[in-house]
Amino acid sequence: MPFLELKSLMKVFGGLKAVNEVSFHVEKGEIFGLIGPNGSGKTTIFNCINHFYPITSGDVLFKGQSIRNLPTHKICHLGIGRTFQVVKPLARMTVLENVTASAFCRVNTIREAQKEANRVLEFCNLDKSKDKLAKSLPIGGRKRLEIARALATKPELILLDETAAGLNPSELDEAIELIKKMRDSGITILIVEHIMKVIMSISDRIHAINFGQTIAEGSPKEVADNHAVIEAYLGEEYA
Amino acid sequence: MKSRNIVLMVTGIVSLLFPLVISSDYYQHLVIIALMWVIIGSSWNLLAGYTGQVSFGHAMFFGIGAYTAGILVTKLQVSAWWGILFGGPVAMLFALFVGWVCFRLRGPYFALATLAGGEIIRLVATNWESLTDGMVGILIIQSFKSKLPYYYIVLALAAACIYVIHLVMKSKWGYYFVSIREDQDAAESLGINTTLYKNVSLLISAFFAGTAGAFYMNYMAFIDPHVVFSLHYISIMAILVGIVGGVATTMGPAVGAFIMVGVQETFRSAFFGIAPKWISQAHALVFGLLVIFVIMFMANGVVGDWAKIKRVVFRTKTST
Repeated sequence: MPFLELKSLMKVFGGLKAVNEVSFHVEKGEIFGLIGPNGSGKTTIFNCINHFYPITSGDVLFKGQSIRNLPTHKICHLGIGRTFQVVKPLARMTVLENVTASAFCRVNTIREAQKEANRVLEFCNLDKSKDKLAKSLPIGGRKRLEIARALATKPELILLDETAAGLNPSELDEAIELIKKMRDSGITILIVEHIMKVIMSISDRIHAINFGQTIAEGSPKEVADNHAVIEAYLGEEYA
Repeated sequence: MKSRNIVLMVTGIVSLLFPLVISSDYYQHLVIIALMWVIIGSSWNLLAGYTGQVSFGHAMFFGIGAYTAGILVTKLQVSAWWGILFGGPVAMLFALFVGWVCFRLRGPYFALATLAGGEIIRLVATNWESLTDGMVGILIIQSFKSKLPYYYIVLALAAACIYVIHLVMKSKWGYYFVSIREDQDAAESLGINTTLYKNVSLLISAFFAGTAGAFYMNYMAFIDPHVVFSLHYISIMAILVGIVGGVATTMGPAVGAFIMVGVQETFRSAFFGIAPKWISQAHALVFGLLVIFVIMFMANGVVGDWAKIKRVVFRTKTST
């Protein structure tokens, strides 16, 4: 039984098939990359998995159970955390309060929640900024905060939506380290990323889509050499 | 932390001794009304300030509390004091329905829905004469001649209200309320059932507004739909108390209540009889100017921008 399975997932906005019959499965413990040019439907797939959007047809199975009709907060409680490409910090709360609020997902007392939040902030290397307001963080910090908040809900699977976008090279290395550290702590990772340095160096398997449809799947090497992928990114003459 | 405790202690002692020192019925009345507004303002602040769901219709919960107390007397022939117990819960029942309808909407649409809700209830209360006696209103006999019992009852209610909200805001619920205010989508993705917790906030808020309404019935001994369901005098005033005092601060509505009742009374009485009479007509204008001033120069209210006010008033350059 796959850990997460998408079965011919379809999402239609008016006349636009944003996601068209995409199927893939993620195994427990792996880092699974999802790539595609801008507007190919990656974030839409995330929004379908955690039910920000209702699915038009198809199904999403988490540990064998269909989650397509569950509300977003229940999906979080089942063990799927996510980050947002366009970061959504709880601006007028401190970093610690942001993470504490999400730690309440698993515990009920403020003491336990703060303890968990402090642990996660240390894990994400954010403990030095924990008393700053979330809106005062630079983009690198906000991306980390997204991850910290998702981690505080103790997910088994985490959906990372372009957590490396907009980072400088040294921050990029730290982000890669953090993602590997997450995998080593036993969390399965489904990641959307544009930066090839990140996606190629950490993914176990990659699924490529364009115009909402699957064009390739395989190891990073196989996908990088795939004609359809090169064509989607660079155009026909390079393929 | 220490200076805050001192302020709290002094406030406590002053408020306990106030009616014993100042025996004037008039000033006791003003403080009783201000304390009632502390409850309504705090209740509005929990929903609008902390949870971000701005209500333009808090008069509905206040009025329902008041009418619960009144109808207990006129229809069931029991003491209106039972209203203090039941006014809150009845307002909560009603809030369940309001939440079910209005929380399908977000932001300004929610605010408009509550505005409509408040007006609907006012019209229902005006026209459902068999239950409410319509515009005739409900008149009861006051239990006490002296203002002292009323003073201590409303003081206890106000203190309990602030304390409960303080506790709520330090708990899981409080974190959830603020998360919802900051970003509802992010909150939902963090496992927060936003619909449920918005309703929790609304229910607590309605409870306190309803309790304040029941107290009003007992104290004033007369209500009619235009008073207790009033858009200007209740719903808008609740917003002013919150904004002037300080949105999303525990003590803000308490400070705001005293400022607003003070300003209102100063103008209503034409500066206690010193100024020409026409001044008393200007109080709505002054409220408007006050709100513009607060929004432009101290958007966080008196409590929220206290550091800034101190800086300006004492002309010190300490940065905070």
